[in-house]
Amino acid sequence: MDDPAEWVCPLPLRDYPSVVLGHGGGGLLSAELIEHIFLPAFGNPALDALGDAAVLTPPPGRLAFTTDSFVVRPLFFPGGSIGDLAVNGSVNDLAMRGARPLWLSAGFILEEGLPLRSLGAIVARMASAARAAGVQIVTGDTKVVERGHGDGLYINTAGIGVVPPGIEIGPDRARPGDIILVSGTIGDHGMAVMSVREGLEFDSPIESDCRPLAGLVQALLDRVPGAVRVLRDPTRGGVAAVLHEIAAKSGVGIDLSEPAVPVSEPVRSACELLGLDPLHVANEGKLVAIVARERAEEALAVLREHPAGGPAAAIIAVVTDQHPGRLVARTAIGASRVIAPALGEQLPRIC
Amino acid sequence: MKYLAEFRDAPAARALAAEIRNSASRPWPIMEVCGGQTHSIIRNGIDQLLGDAVELIHGPGCPVCVTPLEMIDKALAIAARPEVIFCSFGDMLRVPGSESDLFRVKSEGGDIRVVYSPLDALDLARKNPARQVVFFGIGFETTAPANAMAVHLAARHGITNFSMLVSHVLVPPALEAILDSPRCRVKAFLAAGHVCCVMGFWQYPPIAARWRVPIVVTGFEPLDLLEGIRRAVRQLEAGEARVENAYERAVTFDGNRPAQALLDDVFDVTDRTWRGIGSIPRSGWRLSARYQAWDAEARFDVGGIATKEPANCRAGEVLQGTLKPYQCPAFGTQCTPRTPLGATMVSAEGACAAYYHAGRGVEPAVHG
Repeated sequence: MDDPAEWVCPLPLRDYPSVVLGHGGGGLLSAELIEHIFLPAFGNPALDALGDAAVLTPPPGRLAFTTDSFVVRPLFFPGGSIGDLAVNGSVNDLAMRGARPLWLSAGFILEEGLPLRSLGAIVARMASAARAAGVQIVTGDTKVVERGHGDGLYINTAGIGVVPPGIEIGPDRARPGDIILVSGTIGDHGMAVMSVREGLEFDSPIESDCRPLAGLVQALLDRVPGAVRVLRDPTRGGVAAVLHEIAAKSGVGIDLSEPAVPVSEPVRSACELLGLDPLHVANEGKLVAIVARERAEEALAVLREHPAGGPAAAIIAVVTDQHPGRLVARTAIGASRVIAPALGEQLPRIC
Repeated sequence: MKYLAEFRDAPAARALAAEIRNSASRPWPIMEVCGGQTHSIIRNGIDQLLGDAVELIHGPGCPVCVTPLEMIDKALAIAARPEVIFCSFGDMLRVPGSESDLFRVKSEGGDIRVVYSPLDALDLARKNPARQVVFFGIGFETTAPANAMAVHLAARHGITNFSMLVSHVLVPPALEAILDSPRCRVKAFLAAGHVCCVMGFWQYPPIAARWRVPIVVTGFEPLDLLEGIRRAVRQLEAGEARVENAYERAVTFDGNRPAQALLDDVFDVTDRTWRGIGSIPRSGWRLSARYQAWDAEARFDVGGIATKEPANCRAGEVLQGTLKPYQCPAFGTQCTPRTPLGATMVSAEGACAAYYHAGRGVEPAVHG
């Protein structure tokens, strides 16, 4: 449901079509917002108790705990919304440590004037993303800021998951000889958001790849147990930022084959047009996996077969003991170049 | 991608490179004029394929890099004004002025917006009649037609809250200035394909003849660049000095005549200071008398600016091809993309940034 107009309040709201400061005041309006919008969407026993904190009983294993804030503009974009991002972002951060995501918190900072229809639609997207990822939203908070002090809505989520015994995954575990895979085409999310934000129109629309990756990670851990060393979701900064971080933390070098990196034609065209490098563009539904060389083909098969991966999944790089800390690309014409870490966001080139 | 993948074919690139290596009797110094070509050469590693056959000298064709400091300072002063929405191409935002840059002015409250076309800035002016919308019109002949069109439309539709800060530069006078320099080592030029899309190449035969220098109109993809280099080397080995077009799928001798007519109408040729190089006679465009009402320099009082370049920035020598970026003592130490001393370290098309990002010279280059 991309169109806020399609959202229908399950329980009619009293008076206001938009968020007013009183919705954050802790009084009746706040209670109404919870009762009419959040509980019907997220409802579960821990949340429904409406205590000051959710009380949860974890299964055996180590806990993984993460948090992330979401400030994307526009709130709805091709292929997703801030709501999908807020759930999948924390779910994926947990999954990248090999954890099974269980519970999320959701903190909302609403700007006065945000249509309640938009809030309802975003909350509905969060609820369906949570169902798809198998997590519960068990606690939350809402604040309202004056008009002009926010972009409609900011969301913070924190997540808790459980790491089963024997799973050891982290950015410092890459070893020379390991193989680096990516689960599909890169750059889709960043270019989808940029195209709507900047009013760029392309012949074929670019959709965000926003999706939960916990199921895909589970499939990898089931099928190639013990062979998965590092998992990362290349969000801001893209695949290049993730590979730089792994190279630094593991004290290894990385040799990347530029032609092997899967990029869809529309994303490639858009990047060419704007002078951006897809390696630095954000993803919200892809993972980079580093696996032991002897299990790489099996891991690739898992990524290609799973619905959260796909046929574009590919082996893109190898870990090396040469040039530690650096990412070196073999270019399309067979030369090489060092890919330097990006300073901040990429800036579109003048011509 | 159509018209791109075909021009990145690795076997064809290797074959062309081998032909160049086999035909060159000495390391010919060839200048690619345009920063977009520098970026492509470094990004793809084209120079690595050529060995000692060719020394590619990077020219002054990065519009961000050569925009004079005084003009950047004027932009900063205008952008800081509360009534102004200041619009710019993205890669101008980090270019250092004397004291600040556009990013910093933005963080201090300036309303600065990145646009992809000057016509977007014109739209902003229509939608914000109470604000002054200023577009930073920089670049070579490539970006000039769109900028000219924005001013032309503003005049035609009477959009008076729009103006342009113009600092256009022209390629042919820059080539002549380089060739006139006593330190000039350049034996052939790759002319910038996109400039020639607009201007054609009718301006070049007199230059080729007067200085006995081959000029090859060249595109931007690896095979385009290698073909341009191949033709330049072939001429040099044969002792010829002609203008050739190696970018025929985009460029004609005449160029885009309607665009040239618009440029003639909107702009007048003027002397222009090039950052790091100095003043070159008749090497720029300013708004013509007909369009003075849309000139941001006239609209806003930005006179009396005293500029200050960092003493240890040697971008001028880099832009003239007499210094490789890594030969500058500040390269990669005092001067990085995070703390650029000069504009050549900012834009992706700047030679210093291109070298830095490709890891050239920070440590010995890695060859896999």
